[in-house]
Amino acid sequence: MTTTSATDLLANAEQGSSLWQDAWLRLRKNKLAVFGGAVLLFMIVIALLTPWIAPYSYETQNLDLGATPPSAAHWLGTDIFGRDVLTQIMYGGRISLAVGFIATAVALLIGVTWGAIAGYVGGRVDAIMMRLVDILYALPFMIFIVLLMVVFGRNILLLFLAIGAVEWLTMARIMRSQVQSLRQQEFVEAAVSLGLSPATIIRRHVVPNALGPIIVYTTLTIPSVMLLEAFLSFLGLGIQPPATSWGLLISYGAETMEEYPWLLIFPGSALTLTLFSLNFLGDGLRDALDVRGSKD
Amino acid sequence: MALLEVDNLAVSFVTRNGTHQAVKGVSFSVEEQQITAIIGESGSGKSVSCYAMLGLVPSPPGRIDGGTALFDGRDLLALSESELREIRGRDIAMIFQDPMTCLNPFMTIGEQLIEPLMVHKATSRVQAKARAIELLEEVGIRSPASTFNSYPHEFSGGMRQRVMIAMALINEPRLLIADEPTTALDVTIQAQILELIAELQRKRNIGVLFISHDLAVVADIADQIVVMEQGEMVERGHPQQLFNNPQHPYTRKLLDAIPSGQREAERVSPNALITVKGLRTWFHPQGSDEPVKAVDDVSLDIYRGEVLGLVGESGSGKSTLGRSLLRLAPVTEGSVHFDDTDVTALEGNPLKNFRRRMQMIFQDPFASLNPRMTVYDTLAEPLLLHGICDRKGLDGAIAKLMDDVGLARHFIRKYPHEFSGGQRQRIAIGRALATKPEFIVADEPVSALDVTIQAQILDLLEALGGEYGLTMLFVSHDMAVIRRIADRVLVMYRGKLIESGTTEAVFENPQADYTRSLLASIPSGHIAA
Repeated sequence: MTTTSATDLLANAEQGSSLWQDAWLRLRKNKLAVFGGAVLLFMIVIALLTPWIAPYSYETQNLDLGATPPSAAHWLGTDIFGRDVLTQIMYGGRISLAVGFIATAVALLIGVTWGAIAGYVGGRVDAIMMRLVDILYALPFMIFIVLLMVVFGRNILLLFLAIGAVEWLTMARIMRSQVQSLRQQEFVEAAVSLGLSPATIIRRHVVPNALGPIIVYTTLTIPSVMLLEAFLSFLGLGIQPPATSWGLLISYGAETMEEYPWLLIFPGSALTLTLFSLNFLGDGLRDALDVRGSKD
Repeated sequence: MALLEVDNLAVSFVTRNGTHQAVKGVSFSVEEQQITAIIGESGSGKSVSCYAMLGLVPSPPGRIDGGTALFDGRDLLALSESELREIRGRDIAMIFQDPMTCLNPFMTIGEQLIEPLMVHKATSRVQAKARAIELLEEVGIRSPASTFNSYPHEFSGGMRQRVMIAMALINEPRLLIADEPTTALDVTIQAQILELIAELQRKRNIGVLFISHDLAVVADIADQIVVMEQGEMVERGHPQQLFNNPQHPYTRKLLDAIPSGQREAERVSPNALITVKGLRTWFHPQGSDEPVKAVDDVSLDIYRGEVLGLVGESGSGKSTLGRSLLRLAPVTEGSVHFDDTDVTALEGNPLKNFRRRMQMIFQDPFASLNPRMTVYDTLAEPLLLHGICDRKGLDGAIAKLMDDVGLARHFIRKYPHEFSGGQRQRIAIGRALATKPEFIVADEPVSALDVTIQAQILDLLEALGGEYGLTMLFVSHDMAVIRRIADRVLVMYRGKLIESGTTEAVFENPQADYTRSLLASIPSGHIAA
């Protein structure tokens, strides 16, 4: 075979449409998913730019002003300390989104690796690894987090870790069941018969094929992590003032909702909108990655 | 007048990738007391046309575009869902391909049998039970009274298919639709079920519509054959006329594709490449002390350059034997000497280097290729892993492999889901050949393919075997395929080798009783005049 013909070969090759490209095309046709993705992107951009574009400082109080309803100067009103609600929501979003994405990333990394190894190796290793997961599942999660907070003090990094450490368990279980069914597939057996090492087989043949369900589960984990943070902050275990998060804002808003409803409505809407967007995107991804719908 | 008269039936599927016309104006009929067979490959629309007239094609995506299906003077396509439900199961009954999935595992056989009777005919329980037991006996089930209270998992595939047939017949239907009823069964069982269907049809004077992909299977029992290709009916006629004087080129192609003939007996020098001694592969199922002896004390030689056929039915351990030779299944005991090296003792790097010399081709080309890798990636992996070529020569080596297995080069960047079954099997063969192996285990490599494709792949394997100087263990349940391709034949039954010899000797003069029954059950594909 000469080099020329080899070059021709690649030049003339028809570009195949990969499953991912197919999925992307289908995702684009799903209006709700596109809407969800756009809203999320908007939220993330705003969160990143907040220190430069926020209309007011988030810690400066103006006790003379007090709580005022939405006005031209304060679009979403002010809270009882006279702080601008829009600014609070923007800074709160930074924390909430960061917790959502980082804690999920932690869960993803640990869970996928753990589940893939347990599922692929099987036998005694699998039994030990998964019993550990069962034990962690059985621990009351609230006590675990309270203990962490008490021992190490309240710290936002710790919050990421604590939530991630809980969420990876389900991820590991999903990954393991995926890998177990993939391991029976003939293409994995073919890879073994080619002489590939187990690590290469997991990396090249197993994990890419398990990604569909994992991605979908990830988009469902992010909202649940954000709700968890809101819940912890609501209980006073999460973020500490003057730093704030959507969960904290909602918690304060709830206390005064009869007098100052805008303190609950606006942070609540921001959280709800994000959760809806993530769910729409998750549903869209699930449909888009479903191979049965791909062209044959 | 015909019992069922289908005229110009058209069905299409509307999907997100456009409208697909599955059936394009098909006409056929089933006479009373006769068997009509519809033959076609996958995607020919043979099943869809039958399901459509019973209202069993989900809509959407299915859509009936036109035509009529007169059953007993009533147009099935014009009936309402509730009227159709009346007819389904009472006047028209169906049996399906896979008896494993068609029975409810949580209900006894008896409960499932009397259910349609009690729904359609409002019979009392006692009467229904008596009737069910009578029928079970008629379809050839021993001790039907005790069977009545058994659960489906207690039966083999063949027995379950008999139960399915009893279930279909319990309401005395006038038309029986059988959708590939023997495809999932072993050959010996297949012959029995075919016989049973033909016998019941004669005895009960019902019409049968028999859907199959296999011309040879229906040749003996059908009164009329309808050949379908890509949604169109290409030929219709009496089997004798169809076999002796096919009009349409596609029918001729189907007939030619029936594996026939026997390989020229080449004198292979009895120079063993692989020597297996006392091989045992036992599995220990959870919760059972009794090991499953998948391969039990097997000794054999595989000669350099030969194609060794290995036949047996499902569960005989033939696939496990092939996998044990390649160290893909854990060997319990015994030795496999490959060129004087004991493969069962290898670990780590020496094993990896040995894997280059022995490769496998799998049955299901839909499962044996990684769906996330292009043809290029799939073929590049073994080439680079074993240093067959360097990065610079990679493109050329891949192009040569694609030429060898007959894949057009412009497919190189495509993914498995964009190929047909036959093309995928070519990719899988290319991957196996990439390491330039000396020995290949082909595990039912053509069983999942349509007949015409099957013939092409067999030709390809034969040609490549010569070109690459391969030694091959060809595992199959299909005697006709084995006869076509193998130099020598081994017969396996319940984990043991029960017969071996040259292909000619085994086919002409079988020694073991089991081999004889295997041979007797091959569908003839020829019409007794």
